[in-house]
Amino acid sequence: MDFFADYTLRLVAIGSAVLGATSGALGSFAYLRRQSLLGDAVSHAALPGIVLAFMLTGSKVPLVLMVGAGLAGWVGTLAVQLIIRRSRVPYDSALGIVLAVFFGFGLVLLTYIQKLPNAAQAGLESFLFGQAASLLKRDVVTMAVLGATALVVLILLWKEFKVLSFDPDFAASLGLPVRRLDGVLTLLLVVAIIIGLQTVGVVLMSAMIVAPGAAARQWSRRLAPMVLIAAAIGIFSGVTGSILSSYVPRLPTGPTIVLVLSAIFLVSLFMAPNRGLLWRTLRFGGLRTAPDLDPVLMHLFALSRQHPDDPEHGHSVAVIQTMSPPDDKVVAALERLADRGLAQRTVDGGWAPTPIGRREAQRILDRETGAGS
Amino acid sequence: MYEGKNEWALEVEDLTVAYADKPVLWDIDLRVPKGVKMAIIGPNGAGKSTLVKAAMGLIKPVAGEVRIFGEPRESSEGQIAYVPQRSTLSWDFPTDVIDVVTMGTYGRVGWFRRSGAVEKAEAMAALEQVEMTNFARRPIAALSGGQQQRVLLARALVQGAPIYILDEPFQGVDAPTERAIIEVLNGLADQGKTIVVVHHDLQTIPEYFDAVLLLNVRAIDSGPVAEVFTEENLRLTFGGRVGVLAASGADQL
Repeated sequence: MDFFADYTLRLVAIGSAVLGATSGALGSFAYLRRQSLLGDAVSHAALPGIVLAFMLTGSKVPLVLMVGAGLAGWVGTLAVQLIIRRSRVPYDSALGIVLAVFFGFGLVLLTYIQKLPNAAQAGLESFLFGQAASLLKRDVVTMAVLGATALVVLILLWKEFKVLSFDPDFAASLGLPVRRLDGVLTLLLVVAIIIGLQTVGVVLMSAMIVAPGAAARQWSRRLAPMVLIAAAIGIFSGVTGSILSSYVPRLPTGPTIVLVLSAIFLVSLFMAPNRGLLWRTLRFGGLRTAPDLDPVLMHLFALSRQHPDDPEHGHSVAVIQTMSPPDDKVVAALERLADRGLAQRTVDGGWAPTPIGRREAQRILDRETGAGS
Repeated sequence: MYEGKNEWALEVEDLTVAYADKPVLWDIDLRVPKGVKMAIIGPNGAGKSTLVKAAMGLIKPVAGEVRIFGEPRESSEGQIAYVPQRSTLSWDFPTDVIDVVTMGTYGRVGWFRRSGAVEKAEAMAALEQVEMTNFARRPIAALSGGQQQRVLLARALVQGAPIYILDEPFQGVDAPTERAIIEVLNGLADQGKTIVVVHHDLQTIPEYFDAVLLLNVRAIDSGPVAEVFTEENLRLTFGGRVGVLAASGADQL
């Protein structure tokens, strides 16, 4: 079986590459905006849209099903917005609710139409886990046109999307229409998801959204390289997964693509320079504090300096709380500092830095003032 | 109450903001004269950040209106340079210092266009003002708290707006950074810019600012520091909990 000779393999590989590039690039923004779960909710919410589109039109033309999927996914994001605006349900719970309700409804519809006495509905269930072998040339063309359109919009609105993702309040203060931009970026994410539904399926599609961006972040310090690397990882996973599944009998394409992607993600997580876990352990293993503990340790150190003759004098949690942002979990931070041997409880129920803690605080202070001026 | 000043940079009228039925700002009236350095002080939960966000239109109020140089806020975009609270940003974002500062130009670069050499030069000039030129190519994840704050100030500087609003710019920064920020703000005030700062250190009010708003859901009082930064007003704002701080702060007047 030769890659260039095998028509089906070539088609599947091109389709998977389109899907990988689009989901990698747009997924990077979802990852940076902490909207990874949104991708999961949208892809699951697309299922009833696919089935309804078929029930209403009787057609299995990909564009019809994709429009159905896109509309349902879009309604899903609107439902999430509505829930968090009108109730006290937090964002992650709203996503979970929408995901479960839409996906459940989609499964009910799917089961229902499979009991109908004609065979036209056969194959719709393949949208659950994807069926790359069913890709036709017109499907790949549709995917390519949608993907290219989404990427062109992304490039045109690049700087707006960047400032929106980094600092939405500042973007609004510049006079940018942040709510509309947010809507466009979410719409592009929906497009990226529906492109992949036929190949990877609604269940695994969120991996295609999250993993390339998360892996690429490990290797890059700036946004443009990150998005390019994410797209490259998406393309590589798509093509490699397609080839592997065509060589090994009974290996499903969609899940194989996701497994290749997961392997790349794991390697990135451990091996990347600077951000990789291996690197960090080698380089920072000796450090005793975590970044979010520093402020509390510094407050404790500042307080202890008010008693130069008795540095182990205890200070109440209430005092440290007033020095910190109101929602900081000061007690938890103090206990974690104690776990690291940097702070200790005193006999009167207060807190004081240990000698090691004071040395560490002095070191942080030197570093901050040394580099700050 | 403000001598020789009758032009308002920022006017807030009958402003009420609520989160889920709970009012966080109640019927605020505020006038900020042109060219003044004003501090907004109040206890945690007083609505200080909410007030500045509502003034910029980032939060939708239940009632009230905001005017900028006499015009409705809606028709005067780009008049306010904003320095958000440092801790609310995600500093792990993949970008470097010069790129963040260049974001201050995005409002005027225009749609579908990229910022070019002119914008980069403006950004470098702003970095020089906050003494961060050597850090231009540094990833923002590698900055200290004080350096992060300087970058945010530089980003506001390139906006070139007539009004500056800073939310807790001295929170968690080192002493040299605090002095550097104050010097930049003084320079801006000398150019006739209007500066509004959400602030928490009562001791430095008389030294850093010439006007103050005392806020605790309601506007307790506002005006020149010499007139309204009084022990009585501080007690009304903070509820008697700041006896020591208030006394030392008010003594310097």
